[in-house]
Amino acid sequence: MSAPEKFSIETEKLNLWYDDFQALMNVSVKMKDGLITGLIGPSGCGKTTLLRCFNRVNERYGNVTTTGQIKILGKNIYDPDVSLPEMRKAVGMVFQRPNPLPISVYENIMFGLRIHSERASLKKSAADEIVEKSLTEVFLWDDLKDKLKKKATALQLEQQQKLCIARLLPLKPQVILMDEPCSSLDAESTRAIEEMMLNLAGRYTMVIVTHNMAQARRVSDECLFMLMGEVIEHSRTQSLFLTPRDSRTADYIEGRYG
Amino acid sequence: MSLRHRLDTVTEPIIERIIQLCGISAIVFVFGIFFFVFREGSDLLFRGFDLVEFLTSPQWYPDSVGHKRYGALALIAGTTSVTLLAMAIAVPFGLGAAIFISEFCSPKLRETFKIVIELLAAIPSVVWGFIGLTLMNELIITLFDAPIGLTVLNGGVILALMSVPVIVSIGEDSLKAVPDSYREAAEALGATRWQIIYRVLLPAAKNGLLAAVLLGIARGIGETMAVLMATGHAVKIPHSVLDSVRTLTATIAAELGEAPVHSDHYQVLFLIGVLLFTISFFINLAADLIIKGIGRK
Ligand SMILES: Nc1ncnc2c1ncn2[C@@H]1O[C@H](COP(=O)(O)OP(=O)(O)O)[C@@H](O)[C@H]1O
Ligand SMILES: [Mg+2]
Repeated sequence: MSAPEKFSIETEKLNLWYDDFQALMNVSVKMKDGLITGLIGPSGCGKTTLLRCFNRVNERYGNVTTTGQIKILGKNIYDPDVSLPEMRKAVGMVFQRPNPLPISVYENIMFGLRIHSERASLKKSAADEIVEKSLTEVFLWDDLKDKLKKKATALQLEQQQKLCIARLLPLKPQVILMDEPCSSLDAESTRAIEEMMLNLAGRYTMVIVTHNMAQARRVSDECLFMLMGEVIEHSRTQSLFLTPRDSRTADYIEGRYG
Repeated sequence: MSLRHRLDTVTEPIIERIIQLCGISAIVFVFGIFFFVFREGSDLLFRGFDLVEFLTSPQWYPDSVGHKRYGALALIAGTTSVTLLAMAIAVPFGLGAAIFISEFCSPKLRETFKIVIELLAAIPSVVWGFIGLTLMNELIITLFDAPIGLTVLNGGVILALMSVPVIVSIGEDSLKAVPDSYREAAEALGATRWQIIYRVLLPAAKNGLLAAVLLGIARGIGETMAVLMATGHAVKIPHSVLDSVRTLTATIAAELGEAPVHSDHYQVLFLIGVLLFTISFFINLAADLIIKGIGRK
């Protein structure tokens, strides 16, 4: 890569409090465009919190205070002129527990477009095409093409989670955030999701929180190790696992923390 | 410990038995009441009473000396018009309040609202009737320049105020039962608050909301005292909301005391009771089935 490096996500001295408990401390990171960045660290270290900052879903909780800067695609998302719906359109999120909406598979995929576009500006044929394309991207089309009218909450968990990823795609997001997307799935489903992530890699900037070291090694390009609200180390996945710079990182990947 | 334990082994079966009896007696009472009302009313049917006339004729002259007529249509129209008007007011108002309380309120404000709603539900219906008879009556007379304020409008508004607490509390429960993860999912996709309500919450909670509306209607149809006092006691089919009417329930309440026991008149009033019983039974049944989700698919 010879072009100057582009960053999709940059934070600058980011601090976050839940009431008066500080969950993030001076987090300054830069995540490269088009890469998969893994977020690892022991339970409670702030991975979910950091991830949820990137599209400001954190603000659903009334008790959150944030200081510092977050730039997504070069734009500070705390600027007053930022439109939350527009920003969230560009930064999609996949949650730890699959959370498809209690509507049909088809309408789950179309949900994003329906809320972001004028009423009736979507043609049926165009919509059909979008649904097929999105489901194909996550390897669900063959399984679900005859069940598009089925209620999404009745699918198997793996299918639900893939659907949750697929429903982001029609909005053409630049960033996809995933919070332990495989934690409620079995080993085989986990592999299927990983395969799907690698299929999407390069076209989207992805940030993946994971508990699973092996998964971080398999799918991520760069890795970020967090401990008690701080970022300890951020480097290429290879070097983080083989030659960690910080002794705490070494301890963690060798399994000396929980 | 051991004494306590021995006591428990004696008292527990007794308490269990008492609770069982309470449960059984509740069922027995319900059936007993239905049996009693139905027996009194059905006697008439076996004696060749014209059920079709009862349901389709507006001629209600139970006291006529020469020619007694028992057409309940005007009474049915009375109940229907007051209930419809009440629902036209109470449903949007009640559902709106339920949405507001469940989605827009801070927890503190929510508690306050719920207490107010419960207080509203606790006002005895005769007090509502009083408000209808005095305050609302005068208000309608001055506002609409009407000769009398005891009308469909009056009864409808009073009934709406009485149904709103039912609709709000059941509606709010069903919105609260929608998992927060749905809201979060929609919000993370960039949905605005209104889009979340309109596209996620209402479809997800629609069964509960429908049940809330049905129970509100059942409340309206069954209400007696307040509408008796507020609607002006005129047996006729209304042509506008400023007409006086009389409802099915009000008729029973007003006439049962004067009808000689086991006379035709007396038994027709029981037949009206059966009619009311049947209507509310089916509405409640529908609401129940919807809440349990059998209405789905
Ligand atoms: N909504 C919240 N209110 C208060 N504290 C919270 C909230 N969410 C998370 N925390 C606290 O913040 C810390 C970081 O949590 P989290 O980001 O969920 O960690 P991780 O995802 O790494 O397990 C934890 O100590 C947790 O208890
Ligand atoms: Mg977490």
